[in-house]
Amino acid sequence: MMSEKQYIEFYQEERGEIFAHSPQWMNAHRDEAFRTFSAAGFPSRKAERYRYTDVAKDFAPNYGINTAQRPTDAPEQTLYNTIADSSDALVALNTMFAMECQTVHVGRGEHPQHPIQIVNTLRGEHPEMVCRRILIVLEENAEADIIIIDRAASKQRFLTNQVVEVQCGDGSHLNLYEIEETHLLCTRYSNMFMRVGANCSVHHTSLTLFNGHTRNRCDVQLKGEHSEVVLNGCVIADKMQHVDNNTVIDHQVAHCDSRQLYKYVLDDSAVGAFAGRILVRPGAQHTTSQETNANLCATRTARMYTQPMLEIYADDVKCSHGSTVGQMNEDALFYMRQRGISEREARLLLKSAFITEVIEHIPLSSLRDRLLILVDRRLKGELSKCEGCKMCE
Amino acid sequence: MLEINNLHASIGGKEILKGINLTIADGEIHAVMGTNGAGKSTLSNVIVGHPAYEVTEGSITFNGQDLLAMSTEQRANAGIFLSFQAPTEIPGVSMTNFMRAAVNARRAAMGAEALSAGEFLKLMREKRKIVELDAKLTSRSVNEGFSGGEKKRNEIFQMAMLEPTFCILDETDSGLDVDALRIVAEGFNKLRKPETSAIVITHYQRLLDYLHPNVVHVLIDGRIVKTAGPELAAEIEKKGFDWIKEEVGL
Repeated sequence: MMSEKQYIEFYQEERGEIFAHSPQWMNAHRDEAFRTFSAAGFPSRKAERYRYTDVAKDFAPNYGINTAQRPTDAPEQTLYNTIADSSDALVALNTMFAMECQTVHVGRGEHPQHPIQIVNTLRGEHPEMVCRRILIVLEENAEADIIIIDRAASKQRFLTNQVVEVQCGDGSHLNLYEIEETHLLCTRYSNMFMRVGANCSVHHTSLTLFNGHTRNRCDVQLKGEHSEVVLNGCVIADKMQHVDNNTVIDHQVAHCDSRQLYKYVLDDSAVGAFAGRILVRPGAQHTTSQETNANLCATRTARMYTQPMLEIYADDVKCSHGSTVGQMNEDALFYMRQRGISEREARLLLKSAFITEVIEHIPLSSLRDRLLILVDRRLKGELSKCEGCKMCE
Repeated sequence: MLEINNLHASIGGKEILKGINLTIADGEIHAVMGTNGAGKSTLSNVIVGHPAYEVTEGSITFNGQDLLAMSTEQRANAGIFLSFQAPTEIPGVSMTNFMRAAVNARRAAMGAEALSAGEFLKLMREKRKIVELDAKLTSRSVNEGFSGGEKKRNEIFQMAMLEPTFCILDETDSGLDVDALRIVAEGFNKLRKPETSAIVITHYQRLLDYLHPNVVHVLIDGRIVKTAGPELAAEIEKKGFDWIKEEVGL
């Protein structure tokens, strides 16, 4: 319990301060979360869902936590901490220290004309741990495009442990995009939980363009019939970057469709992991589900762990999964070089061709075009130059 | 233009070329014929710099430059073009992006500025007509879903775009029907400048009827065993290679 100690002590010391500085309806969950966290501690790599990322190691350094005054009169959110898995240590840790809850609430039948963009910029002179909490609620028949962007403006060590709770009411349509574009010193833990009603469509795309250590968890519960959920992901990693995507799609009712496509391009000594579990519960007949994870390791030192999982307890379903790990196509490289294209450019074209499939699935055309440019710049190395970094020089 | 001296090359430790000597002057077309496995494709791969082949002895000079010291892309940008026997499919890379990268690389090597998007598309349209390549094909991924004939036509289209000075046609006629062969061969003749040289690798007389080679070489077991005028191709068409093997004692 070495890594946990500092968080337990900090909570005990700062409890009064935290309670005074944030809304009562958030405080109401803290002590319970504290008990959960103190008892469970960080999950070890022996826990199935945490096999590929060493949580205790990532949380061991002493980051500061900002407990400054936030508005205590923020309107109460009754769904707060009811969708997330509150027995999970990382969720509990977030619940202990989250000072405010960014809330997007789209009312019944409403459809905001423009996408809603949440930009999180990490900035500061000292290392900091960020306990971000986001709640997205779409009431019945609501529609929304939401873009969440993680950026880092300071060359500083940051540790983000965020919890995102999403409630999709019957007949709602959500397009949710998450884009991480930080730097090598950033560690990100994202814990997303979605509860989806009947006749919904949910399209979630996660892009890791640049990062340090990242672990994205996404759990979806399908609770109403005739809903569809798409989880797509695109990862570009090189140097010593680490990206772990872990998903669970829980088909609790019949007649739902889920699809996943995660693609990774790994260069240098980057490490990628994907574990996706599809659970089809008894009675969830006529479920259709497809899971694909395709990976390109551009060097012999890049490493990919992939673990698709199907767990089916109904007998009339159509589910498939597939995963591939491949290298650069040498014949294609030679063909391009024979046409005068440099080896570097040829590699870039191949990587870009591989990864853009995910971007092309994005329904929001303006974002799609922007992301194609960002991916291109990223592959050319233009996004990856962080100031003063020895590996970038 | 191209001078090959005592060229020995191997792949995976197995020697394929066992001392090739070949001199091709500006504007000349040389046909290379030979039995399967004689080393014809190896010769073309070695000239363009395929990384899998190792040159163990000999030299190749191209317009006075030491070709073997140049990378694959440097050779291409110096004006050497290979029309592949089996063109590679590259899923996800569009013909347009691929061609733009290639054309601009060649222009950069010649010290010219990159083409604007408009100029480039105009060039694509012009050159496409020469080989009667469908516009739909240039909007697809490189060679993906192309028929055998379309792939070969696409090779000549790329040649038209890049305007090489030295071409190697490696069995460009294989898998082509009579009409497609005519279109491809006539396309090549139209594109060819007086100083353009070429090596044409083929098993059949028909392609040579269109291209009118100056010289025909016979390659057997890694060596050029016989060189003669175009009438040699007609003779091989009739009699096969056995009489040549007997003649040279193989």
